[in-house]
Amino acid sequence: MQELLQYLFSGMTNGAVYAVIALGFSMLYSSTDLINFAHGEFVMLGALCMVSLTAGAGLALVPAFFVTVAAVAAAGMLFERLAIRPVRHPQPIVLIIITVGASIFLRGTGMLIWGKDAHSMPPFLDIAPIDIAGARLLAQSVWILVIVTALAAGLHLFYKKTLTGKAMTACAVNKKGAWIVGIPFKWMVLLAFGLSTGLGAVAGASIAPITMSSYDMGTILGLKGFCGAMLGGLGSLWGAILGGFLLGILEAMGVGFVSSGFKDATAFLLLLLVLYIRPQGILGTAEVKRF
Amino acid sequence: MDDKYLPAIYTGFALGIAFLGWRIDNAYYLQLLIFIGLNTLLALSLNMLMGYAGQISLGHAAFYGIGAYVTAILSTTYQVPPLLALPAAVGAAMVIAWIVGIPTLRLSGYYLGMGTLGFGMIVHIVLREWGSVTGGASGFVGIPPLEIGPVSFASSKSYFFLVWAVVLAVIILCRRIIDSRVGRALCAIHDGEKAAAAVGVNTRRLKLQVFVLSAGIAALAGFLYAHLVFFISPGSFGFMASIKIVTMVVIGGMASIWGALFGASLLTLLPEWLHAFSEFEMVVYGLILMVVMIFMPRGLTRGLMDIYERYRKTHDRQ
Repeated sequence: MQELLQYLFSGMTNGAVYAVIALGFSMLYSSTDLINFAHGEFVMLGALCMVSLTAGAGLALVPAFFVTVAAVAAAGMLFERLAIRPVRHPQPIVLIIITVGASIFLRGTGMLIWGKDAHSMPPFLDIAPIDIAGARLLAQSVWILVIVTALAAGLHLFYKKTLTGKAMTACAVNKKGAWIVGIPFKWMVLLAFGLSTGLGAVAGASIAPITMSSYDMGTILGLKGFCGAMLGGLGSLWGAILGGFLLGILEAMGVGFVSSGFKDATAFLLLLLVLYIRPQGILGTAEVKRF
Repeated sequence: MDDKYLPAIYTGFALGIAFLGWRIDNAYYLQLLIFIGLNTLLALSLNMLMGYAGQISLGHAAFYGIGAYVTAILSTTYQVPPLLALPAAVGAAMVIAWIVGIPTLRLSGYYLGMGTLGFGMIVHIVLREWGSVTGGASGFVGIPPLEIGPVSFASSKSYFFLVWAVVLAVIILCRRIIDSRVGRALCAIHDGEKAAAAVGVNTRRLKLQVFVLSAGIAALAGFLYAHLVFFISPGSFGFMASIKIVTMVVIGGMASIWGALFGASLLTLLPEWLHAFSEFEMVVYGLILMVVMIFMPRGLTRGLMDIYERYRKTHDRQ
């Protein structure tokens, strides 16, 4: 029982991070029909920026967090402007190769800036782990859960209550229709990229204290986030969160009860299963053309 | 290229190989040429799938790895002669491709990309974690040199001839397929899967067949690689390896057989020419992929040809 609870806690922590990454995939997909294969690298940039700003430059926690998110979101918007918008024939195969190229490029840049070593930083607040029925819950895990809840609520309000959010939803429903009623489609795409990569940075910055961050951490995290997004239903806000948590918990159980070496395989097996069996995911309802 | 010149081109190609093999004695250059040959095989195999049929695979190094590991395990652990290990290695990759392909190739676009990426990752993890069979992360040592009957391919020169003979055979095979009814059907799938199905192409079966063929060629390259270097480790068959193959195809040009040769040569020679390359390897590959795809979505060689054509047309008009 104590073991089970411990696995559940660690699964929830990882799951919350996957959920934030999945949110990034999901919201970009819903407004642009695009899967950004470089999304994981923005998570890596977020984590390493956070480490550099706090441990390296000695910035306080809160400003460092916001500077990181803003910087990575700016990088994401730059990426859209320079590498996505100029594409004349945006077929999936072309966009896949471009975003995969961007992912390799960012990874290489990360290696040149931060080197091949892994970096770490102290937790946000130095509080002793909380003891619940014999299982330890790290204070940073609580932080991450708070951040996810705040993000989910914020995004929900953004989409439902603000004009910009509604305009983005309109773009997701019908691009041409949105354009006809005067929504600046190009700006919406740019904004979606900024938000999506910003979410990636939030995920990166919040796991920096509990994991070793290095230039090559992004690909696996990105894939797991994508897996979470697919699991819950790509394009659905709550689906991404559900999928992320589910993946994290299943993965932790797999590590605990099967083998730790195959930890990363859990996500990919799940991904393949979802792709084959129920590509619309758990919460996805709309007709999706995946075949 | 016109069909009637093909035999002449093949003969010229074979003579060129014979000449190189006859003239070059430097072990380093021979090794380099052998690696160009192996990479050409990989680029050709992915080109059939990506260039002609328009189906992306981001996990192609998995088949390369399966070919290498099957022959390594059979010929080292079980002392099977390499000639028998070859059909096993290629066959294993083809069977796995068939099993994986049935559900995966129903996907398209981004989902196919992610599906193949996930498959590649799983194979990589299995190679790394199944230590008792594959030797784990530290690799598999002691693979015997290739001997077929009385002929030994232990020397660099004989291996050079073997690899390039295989390359020529695979080039001819691919060319024959592309010029056939099947090749035209593949191009039809590339241009529009629904349209192809509407005119009677069995798209699902054809995609599966080309996927299996492509896996077989990649496994053949893996077989040759294992018996060349005698030591293999999972690192050579990971995500980055798959990306390298994609880059070769993108540089050489989608749907171009000679382009595959060009792309493979360039990406094999580039690290040798630029000594500081290993630091910048990822940045360079990433930039190549992005820039080529943004400006020349049909690949570098095709793109340059298109630009030349456009230039000539406007020039003629004046």
